[in-house]
Parts: sequence; structure tokens; C-alpha cells
Amino acid sequence: MSFTLPSLPYAIDALEPYISAKTLEFHHGKHHQAYVTNLNNLIVGTEFENADLETIIKKSEGGIFNNGAQVFNHTFYFEQFSATPAAEPTGALKETIEAAFGSLDAFKEAFNKAAATQFGSGWAWLIKDLSGKLSIVQTSNAGCPLRSGFTPLLTCDVWEHAYYLDKQNLRPAYIADFWKVVDWKVVEGRF
Amino acid sequence: MSFVLQNLPYAYDALEPYIDAKTMEIHHDKHHAAYTTNLNTALQGSTSEGKTIEEILSNISTLPVAVRNNGGGFFNHNLYWDVMAPGGAKLPEGDLLKAIDNAFGSYQNFKEAFTKAALTRFGSGWAWLVKQGDSLVISSTPNQDNPLMDMAEVKGTPILGVDVWEHAYYLKYQNRRPDYVDAFLNVVNWDEVARRFKG
Ligand SMILES: [Fe+2]
Ligand SMILES: [Fe+2]
Repeated sequence: MSFTLPSLPYAIDALEPYISAKTLEFHHGKHHQAYVTNLNNLIVGTEFENADLETIIKKSEGGIFNNGAQVFNHTFYFEQFSATPAAEPTGALKETIEAAFGSLDAFKEAFNKAAATQFGSGWAWLIKDLSGKLSIVQTSNAGCPLRSGFTPLLTCDVWEHAYYLDKQNLRPAYIADFWKVVDWKVVEGRF
Repeated sequence: MSFVLQNLPYAYDALEPYIDAKTMEIHHDKHHAAYTTNLNTALQGSTSEGKTIEEILSNISTLPVAVRNNGGGFFNHNLYWDVMAPGGAKLPEGDLLKAIDNAFGSYQNFKEAFTKAALTRFGSGWAWLVKQGDSLVISSTPNQDNPLMDMAEVKGTPILGVDVWEHAYYLKYQNRRPDYVDAFLNVVNWDEVARRFKG
């Protein structure tokens, strides 16, 4: 099957001043688009030509995996933001985070550390494992928790392209602003 | 003794328009400075303190990951600044050119293979021209690894390296890594590469 780039679920400048329109233009319009295009080109004539994205992420290797996982990771990343985000989790998600990490602040601190210390390109994730337990994981490059059978709930892209136009070398400043646009309603929906 | 961040051997804007001054300033003063500071912190009180960076890299598989990441970052950026220049030989000459012709057929073929290594390195990393005895090979490494490290797939002495972390080109070239690699090849200091080839 052929994959298409999903549109952003908000205006290109909706996340200003935390994530700039210019960053989103490149990140969505160029990087995410390139992963979609590359994936469509690479799967032609392979066993993955008619596979869905999850199968590709779980079974493929090399370029098909890298591009397939990056298609999923970026769709997942862009979908969790909003110009009018719910600033905190509620209900069962809130309780589960507090049970797992002690408090929302303690969770954020641990997530921030995972995002800040992922060396090189990659991602930080909040995931639900097979037993339903929440944890924070890091993946490098295109790494994706679906590959391990986890359910991803929230992610932070720490490839430099996600923040370099806005924050340059200051990754912690990007992570701090990331929280200002995370819509916890979306995360609850995934939970 | 701790490692010291060397000054750039030219002005921030010396490589314009190929590499812009703002990129050079942040790359050197922030990124390279951070690798240097973090390397010194990681080495403090360890048995590696006082060793040369080459000695440290040659045993890197036995050392903490912070030494691998920051020691690589310290060494790689030193090499990167030195193999670029606003002037100097614009093409390889003499013995180095002969070695390039022997290994790759021609300078043009070398350029294509080196560019391919730089473009196909997925994520952050480096592409290298590596001296192995009298001969030359091209390789690429992830993150801040390099051919001097004992666990490198292709080991040898790096004599030319291009940084393909996005921080090396994002302010000017954004997603267009091919344009950056092309620009880099316009500012290679082939005198310095030849000096390193002689060893
Ligand atoms: Fe990204
Ligand atoms: Fe760099």
C-alpha cells in the first residue's frame, strides 16, 4: 500500500512561540514527507509492498524500518500537540502516572532526563508495557516502542532538526517548551 | 592535565558562504566546548586521566560511555576544524592524490563514495577518509564514534572527516544534507589532509 503524509491537525503557526512555524514547515513538510516518500519507494517489489505500518515496524530492517518507523513516530508526535492543550492528565491516566512515578512532576523530571540524555538522534517515550505498567524509554534514531510490543502514549523527538532552528544547542529549553503544547487529552485517548 | 578546547584556526566567517559564521560559532563555542568539558568531567579521578586522546580512544570499549561519546566528540571536532580552511590546496596532490587514485580510481570517484557515505549515515554521525597502512578506505560511524576506537567496524587513522550531525548544517541547509556535504568539499584543506596522510 502507498502511504500518505497526514496533514497537521492544527495551523502551521499554532504552536508558536514554543515550536515555530518555520520548524514545523521543515519538520512536517520536509522531514516527515521524506520518510513517507522514501518508504513508498523502498517497499516496491518487497514483501512489505502491501503491509500496514505496524507490520513494517515490527518485521522490517534497514531502510524500510528506518523510514517506516519515522513515518509512525512523526505522525504520533505531531498528533499529540494542540494550540489549546489540556495542561494536565486527569482520571485513570493521572492516577496511573502518580502510582508509577510518585507525582506528575516526578514523571516529567524523569521524562526530561530521558529526552536530554538520549545521545545523538532519537526519541524519549512514555509507554505502557505488556503488563500494563507505565515506563519511560529512550530509542535511538528511528527506534519505535511498537517494535517491542509496547503501547506508546507520549513522545519527544530529540533529533536536532526538531529544535535547532528555534533553540540551537539548547535541547533542555526545547523540552521545557514541548510541555507547553502537549495535549493531555490526546495522551488519555491513547491510554 | 585536562583537555583544552582549541581555538578555531580561522575566523568564524572564514568559510562563508559554504559554512556560515553563526553555525561555526555555535558548533565550536557550544557543541565542541560541551564535549570538552564533559570529557574532562568523565575522566576526573579515573585511570585514563593524563593519557592522550588517541590512547583513550584505542581502549574505548573498556571505558564508560560518557568517555566514548565526549572523547569522540572532542577528537572529531578538532580534526573537523583542521581539515577545513578558507585557503590552501583545493584538491589533493602528490602522494595523497596517488593513493586516492589507487584506492578509488580517481578524485571524482572518491568524492562520490565519500558523499554517499555521508548521505547514507542515518541519524547523527561522521563520514571518514581513513588511512590503513599505505592505503585509503572510506567509512562512516554513528554519533561520535571514529576509526581510532577499538570497536570501530573500520579501523585506521582518520585523515578527513565530515560531521553529519544536523547541528553541523541545520541553520543554513536545514534538511538538505547533500547541499552541505557539497559545500564542505569546497572548503577542505587538502594540505592538512596530506600532512595527516604522511603521518
Ligand atoms: Fe523529527
Ligand atoms: Fe558537530
